[in-house]
Amino acid sequence: MSVSQLLIGAVSLAAIAGLAVVPSLVDAYHLALGITLLQFTILATAWGLFSGPTRYVSLATTAFFGVGAYTVAVLGEQLPWPLVLTVAAVIGSVTSAIVGLSTLRLSGVHFVIFTFGLAELVKQLVVWFEVNKSRVLGRYIFLDITQQDIYWQLLALAVIVFAVGWLIARSRLGFALRIIGEDETVARHCGINVTFAKVALFVISAVFMTLVGAIMAPRWTYIEPSIAFNATISFEVVIMALLGGAHRVWGPALGAIPLTLLFEFLSARFPNTSTLIMGVVFLLIVYALPSGVVGLIEKIRQFRRGSAAQGSGT
Amino acid sequence: MTNAVLTGLVLGGMYALIAMGLTLQYGVARIMNLAYGEFLIGSAFASYFLFTGWAVNPLVGLIVIVPVSFVVSFLLYKIFLTPLVRRARTRDALEVDSILATFGLMFIVQGILLTMFGGAYFSYSFLAIPVTVVGEVLAMNRLVAFALAVVLGTVLYLLLTRTRIGTSIRAVAVDPASAPLVAINVPQLSALAFAAGGALVASAGVLISMFLTFSATSGVVFTMKALIVVVMGGIGNLMGCLVAGMLLGLSEALVATYIDPGLTIAVNFALFLGVLLVRPAGIFGRGGR
Repeated sequence: MSVSQLLIGAVSLAAIAGLAVVPSLVDAYHLALGITLLQFTILATAWGLFSGPTRYVSLATTAFFGVGAYTVAVLGEQLPWPLVLTVAAVIGSVTSAIVGLSTLRLSGVHFVIFTFGLAELVKQLVVWFEVNKSRVLGRYIFLDITQQDIYWQLLALAVIVFAVGWLIARSRLGFALRIIGEDETVARHCGINVTFAKVALFVISAVFMTLVGAIMAPRWTYIEPSIAFNATISFEVVIMALLGGAHRVWGPALGAIPLTLLFEFLSARFPNTSTLIMGVVFLLIVYALPSGVVGLIEKIRQFRRGSAAQGSGT
Repeated sequence: MTNAVLTGLVLGGMYALIAMGLTLQYGVARIMNLAYGEFLIGSAFASYFLFTGWAVNPLVGLIVIVPVSFVVSFLLYKIFLTPLVRRARTRDALEVDSILATFGLMFIVQGILLTMFGGAYFSYSFLAIPVTVVGEVLAMNRLVAFALAVVLGTVLYLLLTRTRIGTSIRAVAVDPASAPLVAINVPQLSALAFAAGGALVASAGVLISMFLTFSATSGVVFTMKALIVVVMGGIGNLMGCLVAGMLLGLSEALVATYIDPGLTIAVNFALFLGVLLVRPAGIFGRGGR
């Protein structure tokens, strides 16, 4: 292990410890803001886990987020909390495996179209089930979980998602996915089981999204399908991950933090025009920063390295 | 039963018309336009405005709204999307870029509509006269909309198959790389096809506004259905649009009547997946990609 690696490890440990004591230092408003920041950081990073290397644009974040939240609404009072989270994760992985197996064989565009409507589809099925079978639309969640608990759970999940992302990037699976992203035909000729690799990563990414939904659910106390399956979340997550740059594990977080703050500010100041401004931000990113902040940083680094002596690329 | 089939046919005709515009934009100009439904809603609002504000008959309104949308879409492609076409090295890269760009556009149009009209639902009463067709009562406005959709579809079909410019548009759809070899101006024709798609969706918006309620945020549903129809029918194929659109409209109407009106999207997706698993290139699509 080199010195720089040790340094990075020490800094990130210190950062985690620092973030863990935040709830005891700040007031309720800032705690809520911290929760939102963590929520979007995890969602964007999880999105980047799958969509970064494969370049499949997934708009299904809301679907999994909502599945997690709804699992808590249904089972929250019947089972102990860790078990509820486990069930949510299982349901999320089964749903995403079904979706992945049926759509990831198709070309990228078909996948986008399918995920575009997936949240709406799951929402309609939940509404249909609630209206016709269980005969309740809208449920209350009364759980003994404080804002601090939510914050700490999200922080733990954030650490896990980064660790998993780091491990995947160094594994055979991550390498296979990068090849698929470059050229799927080549990947198939190299003997990579393309469908398995894509579905596996899609499921991993979806489990994190489901867990975020489940952890966030106690915050609402009242939940109904239109709250749990709020389509804006999918869109926001895509913008954030793109701003950061989805081809690095830590890229999406770089986009999630400034944009969460921006949206928070905008929805407080200009509630009516926030959709419009979101669109403008989106276009600015697509036209001006096609490979995100990370891409920009890498370009600057390369430029500097180019003027110095030639070194081996990392 | 007859009523469900008639409703389904009218609905299917509308879906087919909407999808024809998108198949021009996507099949020829290679722009995967996710803001498509927003343009439909935009022209629906324009028609509403003309009708309630100046008492302009929506059918007359078509004469104003359709050329305006043609010009707007043309400029949009020239100014806004051409940089992306130039930047993209492969067709896949352009697809991803256009998805993201039109995604932003979708929010902008939606945001403008929201600030102008708010989130409420709008509708107006035009030609709401009951007419009896094969023993079932239907509203006049639906029949008129259906008839116009048939006319527009036929005109488009004839334009594409019988004229020189239509033939070159189809050539671009089949092989954009070889089209320039036979002196076809691909960028110009792509812009033209994109604009024609915009004009078609505007006419569909006006027709739909005559008999459906709409709001600033209901464009997404139309985009989704148009995409499903286009992909199901085979990208760039007009006959495919017609068959897939009818299939979608009929199945939606039948499920809404006999099973549950709350399951229409589930039907859409079941059909979509069913068709794609059997024929990945769509009903009329050729070859696998």
